[in-house]
Amino acid sequence: MVVKIQVNNLNCWFKNTQVIKSLFLSILEHEILGIIGPANSGKTTFLRCLNRLNDLNPHFKSKGEILKDGRNINTIKLETLRQEIGMVFAMPISLPMSIYDNITYGAKQHGIKNKKELSGIVEESLVKASLWDEVKGRLDQPALQLSGGQQQRLCIARTLAVQPEVILFDEPCSGLDPISTAKVEETMINLKDKYTIVLVTNNVKQAARVSSRIAFFLMGELVEIDTANDIFVKPSDRRTEDYITGRFG
Amino acid sequence: MSPRITQKIAFSLLFLVSLVVFIPVLFIIGILVSKGAAALTWEFIFSMPKDGMRGGGILPAIVGTLLIVLCSISIALPVGILAAVYLNEYAKDNLLTRIIQLSIVNLAGVPSIIYGLFGLAFFVIMLNLGVSVIAGALTLAIMELPSIITTTRNSLNNVPASFREVSLSLGVSRWQTIRRVVLPNALPGIMTGAILSIARIAGETAPILFTAAAFYVPHLPHSLSEQVMALPYHLYVISTQIPNMPEKITYGTALILVLLVLILSFTVIILRIFFRKRYKW
Amino acid sequence: MKKIFTFIKDFLIERIIFLCGILAIIFVFLIFLFLLNQGISFFGAYSLWDFLGGKFWYPASDPPQFGILSLVIGSLFVTIQAALISIPLGVMTALFIAEIAPPVIKDILKSVVELLAAIPSVVIGFIGMITLVPLVRKLFNIPTGLSSFSGALMLAFMAMPTIVSISEDAIRSVPWSYKEGAIALGATRWQTMYRIILPASLPGIMGAVMLGMGRVIGETMAVMMITGNAAHIPSSVFDPVRTMTATIAAEMGETVKGSTHYHSLFAIGLVLFIITFIINFIADTFMRKTRR
Ligand SMILES: Nc1ncnc2c1ncn2[C@@H]1O[C@H](COP(=O)(O)OP(=O)(O)O)[C@@H](O)[C@H]1O
Ligand SMILES: [Mg+2]
Repeated sequence: MVVKIQVNNLNCWFKNTQVIKSLFLSILEHEILGIIGPANSGKTTFLRCLNRLNDLNPHFKSKGEILKDGRNINTIKLETLRQEIGMVFAMPISLPMSIYDNITYGAKQHGIKNKKELSGIVEESLVKASLWDEVKGRLDQPALQLSGGQQQRLCIARTLAVQPEVILFDEPCSGLDPISTAKVEETMINLKDKYTIVLVTNNVKQAARVSSRIAFFLMGELVEIDTANDIFVKPSDRRTEDYITGRFG
Repeated sequence: MSPRITQKIAFSLLFLVSLVVFIPVLFIIGILVSKGAAALTWEFIFSMPKDGMRGGGILPAIVGTLLIVLCSISIALPVGILAAVYLNEYAKDNLLTRIIQLSIVNLAGVPSIIYGLFGLAFFVIMLNLGVSVIAGALTLAIMELPSIITTTRNSLNNVPASFREVSLSLGVSRWQTIRRVVLPNALPGIMTGAILSIARIAGETAPILFTAAAFYVPHLPHSLSEQVMALPYHLYVISTQIPNMPEKITYGTALILVLLVLILSFTVIILRIFFRKRYKW
Repeated sequence: MKKIFTFIKDFLIERIIFLCGILAIIFVFLIFLFLLNQGISFFGAYSLWDFLGGKFWYPASDPPQFGILSLVIGSLFVTIQAALISIPLGVMTALFIAEIAPPVIKDILKSVVELLAAIPSVVIGFIGMITLVPLVRKLFNIPTGLSSFSGALMLAFMAMPTIVSISEDAIRSVPWSYKEGAIALGATRWQTMYRIILPASLPGIMGAVMLGMGRVIGETMAVMMITGNAAHIPSSVFDPVRTMTATIAAEMGETVKGSTHYHSLFAIGLVLFIITFIINFIADTFMRKTRR
């Protein structure tokens, strides 16, 4: 098994509050790593460390190192890093433009101008995101007209269109109905072969359905990380068990 | 007196006071329309002045004002937008930013006649542009900078932060994010701000007094390095410097100036309604 | 290759953006510098004390006299009168719009205020000259209506949009909980307004007033057309006065570039710039207080 991302002793602060405490973690190539834990335990903050989106916040500070393919991410050009590590946010955020333009937006900025090539990317990404059949006839319509579930899959397609290696999902189904949720989950499982996926979710069952391994975060600390089976059958930490069985959080 | 009665009296008083503010505005508009409407003919708008400006039309003043205003907005708009981009997208919360903000507040409060003096000393004399359209336009451009920066900044601020995050998370650079996502979505607000500043500077007199405006020019402007007649200055001239001016012409000039400003302002209101319907997120 | 090109382009444009960002500082600085530079040439030829303390502004006599005392007093005299008229009227109108008027009337009043803000000052000066000036002359039975009083009336009116709209913002931003508290204690709406809302919004209103006064003291065209422009120290509100702004506007056209007279007008500009700078600084301090 190849380690895609290695996190060594990561500590994060907003102003003077520490929100991630000495975190060690490896993310393996072509796995779906599920991250569960109660609200405010630092899951989102962790994801946004991986693509350095936290750097936008002037109050954010961090220490420790994150290696991608063995290389410290701070030495990778920011645009390249973010192209290689894509992100799907909790709320589907379509840009106020057409479906087609939403998907080609990133690719165009990365220098792809050829119309044929762009159309190819659009189709390929939409197929991978299991949205192609639903929208193929109306690519020029505003993306905001799609339903919530469709928009979230559009966001996935948009991320795929810039050809990432890793995709970070931050509670991608929190605003969706069960049917859309099932579609998004199916999409994620299909993506597993080609991409490395990190899925933050507040839904323990979803983590169980989709992930190969699961990490449990609590108050900024990684309590335990194990295969999905082991963590549910014999959690080694009392707090994990409490959380999984719904005794808190 | 019971509190209820005091309240009644107080409210009525406040209402009357508001009318005191309200009525003169209507009076001004009313008198301009009733006395100036007769002058609004094609001939008045599209012909040159005659008989020492006591007859004929005011075409050169209209053209001059439009020319100055268009020049100045095309200078001030890009600069103002970029300045707002800096403040809203790049600037950190530090001393420099605070000094910039203080400067903008002060620039907004500098009296218009001081801009006139500055324009004279800097553009007309030092840069040797002479009394000309371009010198006046540059002077007005500095003057409208604060309002363009402020309105642009507000509309940039109204673009959801999530749009920026999405774009950045796709590996798009900061400037391209601003260029492709932030600015297009802020455009309605920027446009309305721009038109509003056009309306404001179209009526300014003091800043162009020594930088662009001419008492009388017998032809339409040929280039930007010429002096031109301008509506507000023309109104000043014909209402104070020329004896026996026919009333119709002064009122007509004033009415056209006000109409120009009001049409621009109404465009803004309509644009605002239009965009409010189209853009909701 | 393509990527390097975009990288350089981004780098360049971000430098330009920074430059535009600090342009406001540069211009404030340049304006001050130019006024100072031109003004200083004047003080080479004329004493600062005779300038600030001299009562007589006779730039064309021999020897010329450049005392701006009467001009400064003229400006302040008009401004103070305008303040006395516009502050109560403006604040009361703002209260009416923010707290009492039903929505439709509120919208109408606000549009009228915006309309007023849009009318060029030269137009207001023109209308004032034709209607207000004769009215004042008849009402108070004075030889000429071109007086500081007429000017102040006009300026009070012109300051209204600034005072009303900014005060209204301040009044509206008083938190709901304040009002609820008072009303729960049985106060009428009016009692709540003057005991709770008005004091709470006072810093914002002061800011509005200062900004309005900054406008008034810097107003040029309307003042020049209405106040009579006599450079002497007024003994009554019905005397004509001449302001600093009107002096600059009226005389710059006649001066020879580089002459003492020419430089003296820049020196007036410098005094005016400093006065408005202080006023705006105070206004900004008040406004900052409300924002917190
Ligand atoms: N932008 C921010 N500014 C300040 N504190 C923040 C910010 N974002 C998150 N936090 C704090 O960091 C902690 C972790 O938050 P987050 O990573 O969002 O948790 P989770 O995603 O697990 O709910 C919380 O206590 C939260 O209040
Ligand atoms: Mg979260």
